Amino acid sequence: MSAEPMKKIHSEEHKESMKPSYGDSQFIQRHNGLSAQAENEMLSSIGCATVEELIDSVIPDAVRSKKPLSLRAFPSALSEREALEYLQTIASKNTIARSFLGMGYYDCITPPVIQRNILENPGWYTQYTPYQAEISQGRLEALLNFQTVIIELTGLPVANASLLDEGTAAAEAMVMSQAIASKNNRSSGRREYLVSKAVHPQTLGVLMTRAEPLGIEVRVGDPDNFEFSEKTFGCLLQYPDTLGRIRPYEEVVSKAHKVGALATVAVDLLALCMLAPPSEFGADIAVGSAQRFGVPMGFGGPHAAFFATREEFKRSIPGRIVGVSKDSSGKPALRLALQTREQHIRREKATSNICTAQVLLAVMAGMYAVYHGPNGLRRIARRVHSLTSACVKLLRDGGLDVSSTSLFDTFTVSVGGKRSRIVRDAAEQSGLLVRIVDDSTVAVSFDEAKGIHDVVSLLSVFGVVATDEHVREAVELAEVIIPQDLLRQEDFLSQRVFNSHHTETEFLRYVRSLELKDLSLAHSMIPLGSCTMKLNATSEMLPVTWPHFSSLHPFAPEAHTKGYREMFSQLESSLCDITGFDGCSLQPNAGSQGEYAGLVVIRAYHQSRGEAHRTVCLIPSSAHGTNPASAVMTGMTVVSVACDSAGNVDVEDLRKKAAEHKDTLAALMITYPSTHGVFEGKIVEACSIIHQYGGQVYMDGANLNALVGLVKPSEFGADVCHINLHKTFCIPHGGGGPGMGPICCAEHLSPFLPNHAVVDLGHERGVGSISAAPWGSASILPISWMYIAMMGAEGLTQASQMAILSANYVAKRLEHDYPVVYRGEKGMVAHECIINLQPLKQEANVEVEDVAKRLMDYGFHAPTVSWPVAGTLMIEPTESESKEELDRFCDALIAIRQEVRSIADGTFDTVNNPLKNAPHTVYDATADQWDRPYSRTQAVFPCDWVREKKFWPSVGRIDGVYGDKNLFCSCDALS
Amino acid sequence: MDFPNDYKYTKDHEWVLVKDGEAIVGITEFAQSELGELVFVDLPSVGQQVTQNGALCVVESTKAASDVYAPITGTVAVVNEALQDNPGLVNTSPYSDGWMVKIKDFSEEQVAALMSAEDYQALVGA
Repeated sequence: MSAEPMKKIHSEEHKESMKPSYGDSQFIQRHNGLSAQAENEMLSSIGCATVEELIDSVIPDAVRSKKPLSLRAFPSALSEREALEYLQTIASKNTIARSFLGMGYYDCITPPVIQRNILENPGWYTQYTPYQAEISQGRLEALLNFQTVIIELTGLPVANASLLDEGTAAAEAMVMSQAIASKNNRSSGRREYLVSKAVHPQTLGVLMTRAEPLGIEVRVGDPDNFEFSEKTFGCLLQYPDTLGRIRPYEEVVSKAHKVGALATVAVDLLALCMLAPPSEFGADIAVGSAQRFGVPMGFGGPHAAFFATREEFKRSIPGRIVGVSKDSSGKPALRLALQTREQHIRREKATSNICTAQVLLAVMAGMYAVYHGPNGLRRIARRVHSLTSACVKLLRDGGLDVSSTSLFDTFTVSVGGKRSRIVRDAAEQSGLLVRIVDDSTVAVSFDEAKGIHDVVSLLSVFGVVATDEHVREAVELAEVIIPQDLLRQEDFLSQRVFNSHHTETEFLRYVRSLELKDLSLAHSMIPLGSCTMKLNATSEMLPVTWPHFSSLHPFAPEAHTKGYREMFSQLESSLCDITGFDGCSLQPNAGSQGEYAGLVVIRAYHQSRGEAHRTVCLIPSSAHGTNPASAVMTGMTVVSVACDSAGNVDVEDLRKKAAEHKDTLAALMITYPSTHGVFEGKIVEACSIIHQYGGQVYMDGANLNALVGLVKPSEFGADVCHINLHKTFCIPHGGGGPGMGPICCAEHLSPFLPNHAVVDLGHERGVGSISAAPWGSASILPISWMYIAMMGAEGLTQASQMAILSANYVAKRLEHDYPVVYRGEKGMVAHECIINLQPLKQEANVEVEDVAKRLMDYGFHAPTVSWPVAGTLMIEPTESESKEELDRFCDALIAIRQEVRSIADGTFDTVNNPLKNAPHTVYDATADQWDRPYSRTQAVFPCDWVREKKFWPSVGRIDGVYGDKNLFCSCDALS
Repeated sequence: MDFPNDYKYTKDHEWVLVKDGEAIVGITEFAQSELGELVFVDLPSVGQQVTQNGALCVVESTKAASDVYAPITGTVAVVNEALQDNPGLVNTSPYSDGWMVKIKDFSEEQVAALMSAEDYQALVGA
């Protein structure tokens, strides 16, 4: 070997390859969309020489972090391979056991065809909430299936398209019951809620947290002894209850109705395949978790909760509802219905603060029902019940005391004087988990994943010896331990979709046919402002379905969860490093829950200082609708702060309002950079005004993607913030969930971070449970861990810079055709920009909606429509898009602007034109008759690159008014 | 736009017409055009007491929900049940078939103090 190559290998440019790493060590080049050349071209187009110069002109000096970001847990970035190997080592410290713990979390079998083609498929997990319905018909249909399952099994006619978990669903039911009972009985004084002592303890934990700030008195007791009065607005029952008992609830429900109170029942979907639906005993609301319909336990989540109610309460139901309407050609088409209930419209008058839900998991649960059909579901339920029944019989034969006389899959065993811990430990030795109810009672829950041999193992824990053959025989002879009058009489899920796709071939094609109707990140950029639709890398997604993460029960013993705890602690410390804060809670399951958690933490802090009277929350008029909705849920009074003409918070108005409420000021909720896409210079002053008057500053972290590595919220004066891991930290949006909204806070607030009703989290003065599970949706946290590990501090900082560069480039390219509404002091935008379309209305009677729909013909998802300013589009390109894609998107918008001019100058008709008729379907384009005054080519191939990869919207423009006037939310309406 | 001369108006875009001892209340042509096609009107119950400028009912389009305020203090005597099935009457006929409630036990003086058609028209500039 000559000396020449040796010299070269030691040169600077090859240092990188000398690192002892596998594969490509530069994940950042995979994550960020811009090449060095593109970066330079874009910088020069906006008149900046360097990225540093750009950032200096975007971010005011006063808020800029003085030191570069460093991460304690990740001193340097790892390659994809290294990060996966490292995380595998951590995951292997978790112990997989056979869980008989129950309590709302059951092992189940995710059909592999669902796992690979939905859960692990970017065609299903990268979309946003289906607001642009014409390019979202696939998941809308899948959600309609989910709603139909809930409607059929609960017997209640209206269901939503998922909530975050069973605990928060029960809390939503409580709040809704109070509103309805107060309205119906014309009394605002109803404050008492009766809760069965046999609901899951984590559900009770969430209810207690939610009730207290609202002045609701939760009374826990035996349903048979509930004392209803004129003060009671509702009650919560569980069916079967947490210990497995199936009790008749007719009497207690009728007692509730006599005083004008509402009855909510938490139900189990698999049990309902055998049991009479709650509608039969008069329930007004049914809630629960759809986890065991094919969604892994995942150490607590994510899972889809459900919520069903009576027709008359449909306008009070929380969360999104998919409804059937029709499109411009009269064909049935799906859309989100009755949106005026929701926080983005109603703000502080909303019925709930829920926004992101659990779409991907609801899709999976609905598909589980499609896959198995009613007969398959009944078979699974019967099998689980038979195993349970056989186990009960063999235990009794073995001399054990099993008192339950009416049960589905769960029963209790009396093990005698203080022996439950001994039994539990013996079970753990055999790799089984059983629940301790009290000193002398343990509970056991069966599920779909258990078989004959699990019964044998379990029996031996109780000292009963049996062979597989014994058990098999007992299962064959097993009796139904459910009273005849509580058995389901009616058939369910007779709709075609649940009875047609039971071979894998048919099922796969059905799933794929729906996937093809949805525009996802696998097609083109989704430039939704405030949503941060960046890359969800495959390496980040892989660990989600590793059994060492996916198969743990949330209440597994601490010793079994060492890997999870190590991963949590690294993630928490990284989030604290990024925000500059001291404490972190991973519990909140979405941004809305993070807001709620942050505000109750602030509330607890004020209370601890004897200042419980501090209940006024200042919120700028530009805030996201969840902010006021969350504040109201924590018992706070919302006072709105004005914005000035430049879109910034009016600091003088803020000062005035803060001074006016100085004795009662609790908090300011503020988004940074602002919802107007600008780094406001006066944020430091605003925070200090709030502190001067005794308030705390809550930062809404929706726009954190512009801050990471550049600005730390703690340094400009925030006290607590939430972080949307599904925006900034790469958890995919899943078509409208899952999300995660952990909070980080300053030291003085840390003692008040959430704890949990079942698992001790060590925050002694904590605010209680925010979510049903102690670490929220634990199994998707590896996604954010992977992102941080692979980017490292420097990579994360570069991502923020590229996001800001891309937004400024888009603003520059569009400014001649669409005025940019808000800019910072030096004429720059942050990581997103708002463009004004109001002039199009005067010029050619074109609405923002027309442009949004026309973008579909060009193959793009519209940016955020008319928020936070009516008549505008808000564009957030993120760092992950290439310059070519940004250019295509800008070209599309510019071409549409030209079409608008053609309407104005009379080339196009004012009504029958490509914008008003958008989107154009393949049926439009291929119809025998074409009577429109523009060409078919103009309609569907408006520019050349569209021909190369055409995305066809599956339906024409959807009639929203028809859908809201005639609400149909089950697939009956499709047939 | 049409703003009948014999009606009284508020700055929040409600109108009042006193007829047979009752004050009929609805929203103006301008208000309905701003809201777009209504899909739901949440009417108060008969017998409910309402206070001037307090909430009277809520109107919803597919994109917005807006409060309608009581222009005067009084008691709800009758509500327009036809709006339950056909909220679009507010759009097609804001001053007659699209009326919302009739109020009794009110003060004539309060009605007299409301805006004239001319003043309201100047306010909305239509």
